[in-house]
Amino acid sequence: MPLDNAPESKRKFNVVGTRPLRPDGIDKVTGRARFGADASAPGQLVGRILRSPHAHAIIKKIDTSKAEKLAGVKAVITRDDFPDHTGGSGGLYDTLCNVMAREKAFYEGHAVAAVAATSASIARAALKLIKVDYEVLPHVTDVDEAMKPNAPLLHKDMFTDGVDPKPKKPSNVARRFEFGHGDVEEGFKKADIIVERSFKTEAAHQGYIEPHAALASMGPDGSAELWCCTQGHYMVRDVCSQLLGIDIARLRVTQSEIGGGFGGKTTVFIEPVALALARKANRPVKVVMTREEVFKASGPTASTSIDIKIGVTKDGMITAADGTFRYQGGPFQGCSPAEFGGMSAFAQFHLDNVRAVAYDVVANRPKTISYRAPGAPMANFAVESVIEELAHKLGMAPIDFRIKNAAREGTKSSYGPTYGPIGLGATLEAAKNHPHFKAPLGPNQGRGMAAGFWFNFGGQSCVTLNIPIDGSITVSVGSPDIGGSRASMCMMVAEELGIGYDQVRAIIADTSSLGYNDVTDGSRTTFATGMACILAARDAMKKLCARAAATWGIPEDAVTWEKGYAKPAGANAGNFAPLSLKEIAAASPGTGGPIAGHHEYSADGAGVSFATHICDVEIDPETGRSQIVRYTVIQDAGKAVHPSYVEGQFQGGAVQGIGWALNEEYIYGKDGRLQNAGFLDYRIPVCSDLPMIDTQILEIPNPGHPYGVRGVGETSIVPPLAAIANAVADATGVRFTQIPLSPPRVLKGIEEAKKAGGKKAA
Amino acid sequence: MSGITVNTKINGDPVEFICEADETLLDVLRNRLGLTGAKEGCSTGDCGACSVTVDGRLTCSCLVLGAEAEGHNIGTIEGMAHGESLHPLQSKFLEHAALQCGICTPGILVAAKSLLEKNPDPTETEIRFGLAGNLCRCTGYDKIVRAVQDAAKEMRSGKSAKSKATAKKRA
Amino acid sequence: MARVVLWGSLKPHTGGKLEVDIEARNVGELLARLGETYPGLQNQIKRGVSVSIDGLIYREGWLEPLRPDSEVFLLPRMTGG
Ligand code: FES
Ligand code: FES
Repeated sequence: MPLDNAPESKRKFNVVGTRPLRPDGIDKVTGRARFGADASAPGQLVGRILRSPHAHAIIKKIDTSKAEKLAGVKAVITRDDFPDHTGGSGGLYDTLCNVMAREKAFYEGHAVAAVAATSASIARAALKLIKVDYEVLPHVTDVDEAMKPNAPLLHKDMFTDGVDPKPKKPSNVARRFEFGHGDVEEGFKKADIIVERSFKTEAAHQGYIEPHAALASMGPDGSAELWCCTQGHYMVRDVCSQLLGIDIARLRVTQSEIGGGFGGKTTVFIEPVALALARKANRPVKVVMTREEVFKASGPTASTSIDIKIGVTKDGMITAADGTFRYQGGPFQGCSPAEFGGMSAFAQFHLDNVRAVAYDVVANRPKTISYRAPGAPMANFAVESVIEELAHKLGMAPIDFRIKNAAREGTKSSYGPTYGPIGLGATLEAAKNHPHFKAPLGPNQGRGMAAGFWFNFGGQSCVTLNIPIDGSITVSVGSPDIGGSRASMCMMVAEELGIGYDQVRAIIADTSSLGYNDVTDGSRTTFATGMACILAARDAMKKLCARAAATWGIPEDAVTWEKGYAKPAGANAGNFAPLSLKEIAAASPGTGGPIAGHHEYSADGAGVSFATHICDVEIDPETGRSQIVRYTVIQDAGKAVHPSYVEGQFQGGAVQGIGWALNEEYIYGKDGRLQNAGFLDYRIPVCSDLPMIDTQILEIPNPGHPYGVRGVGETSIVPPLAAIANAVADATGVRFTQIPLSPPRVLKGIEEAKKAGGKKAA
Repeated sequence: MSGITVNTKINGDPVEFICEADETLLDVLRNRLGLTGAKEGCSTGDCGACSVTVDGRLTCSCLVLGAEAEGHNIGTIEGMAHGESLHPLQSKFLEHAALQCGICTPGILVAAKSLLEKNPDPTETEIRFGLAGNLCRCTGYDKIVRAVQDAAKEMRSGKSAKSKATAKKRA
Repeated sequence: MARVVLWGSLKPHTGGKLEVDIEARNVGELLARLGETYPGLQNQIKRGVSVSIDGLIYREGWLEPLRPDSEVFLLPRMTGG
């Protein structure tokens, strides 16, 4: 339901757009804030999980008898403790299989059993006493290998969906998607120059610093409580109840502070295990993942293999764009974001002929889960690399080539729908005019850029706003705060009611205290839950006016709300002194009892988002190491509610992209085991790797929000991979088609190019 | 399992605890003493979320055994503010929005404090290398570096008395 | 009557058609009728779809009205990070 009150573009904001301190700030700088692993319950046990050492194996038998006899062990669980309540198919069944392996272990690190014991050392000892009888099977971890006809099969009943006729033989290709319009073959005929290249990207992990943690308690009657760090505690409640076969209302989930998610905490891993252990032991159980478990058993993003072909005329008009996107998403279908890769790949262009074919592929790797703008960065890397190469071939400045072919209002997007007002052109123009763009480069330095796209969405939110007798306000929201959203919620409520930010406090309610809220994902929280806050404030405002009307003895519609006061609507309404929020609140016990505002809905109209990034990189020709020397993010925020946190989203996303582009990758051995499951070998950017990240917030109001707000959380990870690859190409003369651009790979590329005596692709 | 009795000082207060031989200082702080400000991000010394000081020296508490704390002075995030007054670093982190999720914040604050004690006027590069052992996945470090720069400036000019007022206003 | 455009790989389920005309006043009716008319689509609809109406994407919104001239696309269900 897009609101009918389109943003008044000249609206003067009092609170929105300022930079107040966040309400949870002091707790977080003093160490008081309680994250997932920081809670304890009386009599709590330590839960630990036994994981498969094999990439692919049939689990023939699990013998837990010795572990059960160990003193201090209170519960041991296996697949037998998770009877299937899901009907044996679909996404929920796959979640069940992932949470605790059933017939097969599908990847190294797949959970096969768990114990609860009175101490960590006893739990560890108990795991060693569990005997699992495996029949090891051949495995496959690479996406191209997994697609080959003779590849080891993960599922005998997987027949590629979306091809005609239906395949006769099973394969590891779960689904095929196709998007686009026009006729690409005809389009290529009109092209003067065509560039065609193949790319590969490795899996990256969301890399949140807080490992998954859950504290569960559950009685034999099925009543349960769960404390955990998640991006969606309602999702956790619903999924866990269904997996455990209990009524949803019996499980109360409380959201801890969350130490980063980035999409990685939008599903369950250990939560159902903790509950099942607690049920069996009839005592509270705390399960915390180790970092190694986080890498091996919680969701990285997809690894990909991508082919791109784009044709242009001599004067720089794209005539056709074609892409094939192969995304490996772990052992279950529907987990890789192949379709979003295909849909988003060409979304920043105005194209008459475009086709994107995407394959969702299964392999013996951990089940992937969303990572910030899932699927888009890899596709963008491939497409924007080819775009840059085409611009060079045309002898055109890449920025002008992009502007010439940019999607605009009225463009039929590459995934179908026609765009309304969008901010892509504005970000490109801003980039062109940015001082960064004209700054001189030093020796061994290169500059690159890329433009990226992400969808954004709304979703379900429920907000309650309570007004105690002193006129201060508590806002209860159900969207976990992963980056300062409580501050934004308070700001929007204060703005709407015309009161000070300090008068409002936001909390994250547990699942039993407030209606359903979707997972904090898709950059939805400030947009959708924020809009619910505004509407709840309006609801409260109506009630406040009604109390004033009753006090004055005039009709409700004769009262209006202005800057924190109820006032008679006009001279006819009567001559009464305005009543402040405080006064109405103080009188509330006598005028009808407590005052609360409420809103529940499903928000739509999020509006798509675009960003343009510029990057300077310096290459050490001796080692191949890339140093980012300057970086600028330009993105449309619609309206920045709290600009500091908007900048923070831009900077954080860009730096995650920098890590993915330069260093981060899942490295598998021949045995199908992950070789770098720790922060030492899986290297995320550290402070000394980086320069300041400059940001420019553009504000092109989103017509779907009363203040014009757009989601900003995800788009910032889309352009960095390509921007950096383009900068490295500019610095070295070598076009790299595989990331990460780790020093050995870059060095090899430079040396091979030297041998070949000129420019080439590596 | 026989416990080891350990006597130490934590944030200036004498503390006696019993731990098992294989327990890390981080385990002891978090699980036995209820000091959960130090976080476990990796337990291998790579993330810095568990940063504390041992006799003033910046240390990953996940790499120290609880038993090794015997006779030493441990400083944790819980000891950083004095009464109602936040440390200037704490105030500046809030002011500059130098935290998003905040899981890295205690470790980074402890590390930054230790850095500024050794070097009250660090360059941007010195700050970046000084904090290179502390991972933050949310912020891209930009606002963290700025907050440390600003706090250093304020501490050099000695007007940290201001923090008390701001702490109150925020509460 | 609304004209809805499907994504390419759903063709096998609609006898090769990418654009289908469906008698529906809102998104909910559209999805129900689509499933009735083309049973092959039911699986995908059950697994989750989004609907784009005049450029805005709806993940839920069964009651969202469709006008005869609305531009309607069926899209995979959106998720994010
Ligand atoms: S937990 Fe100690 S360095 Fe990561
Ligand atoms: S603020 Fe989240 S890890 Fe630093």
